[in-house]
Amino acid sequence: MKHKGLNLFIYTCLAPAVVLFSVFMIYPTLSVFRMSLYKWGGLSAKRTFVGFDNFKTLMGDRLFLKAFQNTILVITIVTIVTLTIAILFAYILVREKIKGQNFFRIIFYIPNILSIVVISAIFSAIYAPSEGLINGLFRMLIPNWENIQFLGNQNIVMYSVIGAMIWQAIGYYMVIYMASISSIPLHLYEAAEIEGANRIRQFFDITLPLVWDTVRTTLTFFIISSINISFLITTVLTGGGPNGASEVFLGYLYKQAYTNASYGYGMAIGVVVFLFSFLLAAIVNRITKREVLQY
Amino acid sequence: MNKRSCIRQRLSKIVIYIALISLAISILVPLFWVFTASIKENSEFYGNPWSLPKGFHWQNFVDAIQRAKMGEYFLNSVLVTFLALAILILVSVPAAYVLARHDFKGKKLFNILFMGGLFINVNYIVVPIFLMLLGWNRTAMGLIGRGIFLDNLFVLAVVYAATNLPFTIYLLSNFFRTLSKSFEEAASIDGAGYFRTMISVMVPMAKPSIITVILFNFLAFWNEYILALTLLPGTNKTLPVGLVNLNQAQRGAARYGQLYAGLVIVMLPTLFLYVLVQRKLTQGMTIGGVKE
Repeated sequence: MKHKGLNLFIYTCLAPAVVLFSVFMIYPTLSVFRMSLYKWGGLSAKRTFVGFDNFKTLMGDRLFLKAFQNTILVITIVTIVTLTIAILFAYILVREKIKGQNFFRIIFYIPNILSIVVISAIFSAIYAPSEGLINGLFRMLIPNWENIQFLGNQNIVMYSVIGAMIWQAIGYYMVIYMASISSIPLHLYEAAEIEGANRIRQFFDITLPLVWDTVRTTLTFFIISSINISFLITTVLTGGGPNGASEVFLGYLYKQAYTNASYGYGMAIGVVVFLFSFLLAAIVNRITKREVLQY
Repeated sequence: MNKRSCIRQRLSKIVIYIALISLAISILVPLFWVFTASIKENSEFYGNPWSLPKGFHWQNFVDAIQRAKMGEYFLNSVLVTFLALAILILVSVPAAYVLARHDFKGKKLFNILFMGGLFINVNYIVVPIFLMLLGWNRTAMGLIGRGIFLDNLFVLAVVYAATNLPFTIYLLSNFFRTLSKSFEEAASIDGAGYFRTMISVMVPMAKPSIITVILFNFLAFWNEYILALTLLPGTNKTLPVGLVNLNQAQRGAARYGQLYAGLVIVMLPTLFLYVLVQRKLTQGMTIGGVKE
């Protein structure tokens, strides 16, 4: 009798979560894979099974290849720059005697609580040609300053997007690394100091090896969030322009699905991106594998 | 310590401070600038962008709230955020509790499913969700004569809650696992049923974790853009979507003041919340998956 009551309790607690999760996450995810095999245009229910045709078309699609290239550029630069700055600042804030340590931590984390939409609007004010903050600053400092088209120049636009992404991400990763660094026992540093190791040696020989596991975890975060955030920022900030120069993976997916109404083709992009990010995360995970150090 | 290494240490300290202060400035100045820009008159935007406002042009806010409908969107955002939070907590707390504290058939499968959900990002599945709701709308059209699943704030809130379930359940069940078994035994001896035990013994203990979860999800829901854009194709909008519209309209019509006033309206609640709970937020991050 008691047992029956327990089962009833368990499944009552679980049922709403399972239903919501299945309907709004599992089913749509399976749909992505299924739809990628169909040619499905417009809002009509008409669709034809085409097998892997969408994927074949994709391989020859110049705009998709551009988006691919841009995404790899974003992942590489954002990861390297953000990781370096975040871990160095985390080390400094935890290890050095810095006045206003708390203040810096609080300020650096602010971009992470802002909507991507807000960040994009702020950066469109920063990057604007004549009324923008950067160009305005240089005009005051250098008399014959020629305005830089941060968002209008095809060669620069991707780096402008990357700048905004780094600005947004540093504080978040810094806080993660700070938690990890501050759990390293102090006596290790004290011993190193007695041995005469300077701060830089200490960083590479003690801090980095001991937080390596955290770094590896965040590398996966970097890959996944670079793909997502580059999409959100370019959607608002550049719309993929000028002339497709700042198109990224998911932005192209969204465009194919809504502007072009090629749902099947859009979903094929989704499948490729999904597999790509998984593969990349697995590779990165593999090559960064070190023996875990204990303290 | 000799003099040279003393100087070197001094120098490195200065470099460190310069680096820290530069990053702080790069964050604070744009934010401060948005606040000053929100009270500038339109004509002031054509001069030097670094000039301070000549006066307090509050009309920008009135225009943003009334003409750009940011007031209406604000209420929508409040409604969606709170509905989504309520649904999320009501659904995720019992599920997390059961998954962490009870043994039953299929427990492993459910755990794996929800863990797998951590890897599904909303941006990938927006399109199928939209098409699914569109299909439901067609069915509803046949049955009751109108579509009710798109342009519906309640549906948006349900989707928000559903797509954040894996993360929330993961965090909460991690917490529930750390509690001692003796609490439940004591409650059982006192004659409390399973439901009573959960509600009056275990949930109160999980309060700090639940608050952390609410904070993170509040930010996620309040700031969300893509789902709100896709699932509310009509005139009903949330703040972020309204802001993007304002941003795009502003480029044509040059109503800068209104745009920055709108920006302040979107930012202010999150900044305010952050000031109140920043410690909790930055500490709460370590109870996620990344703590060693």
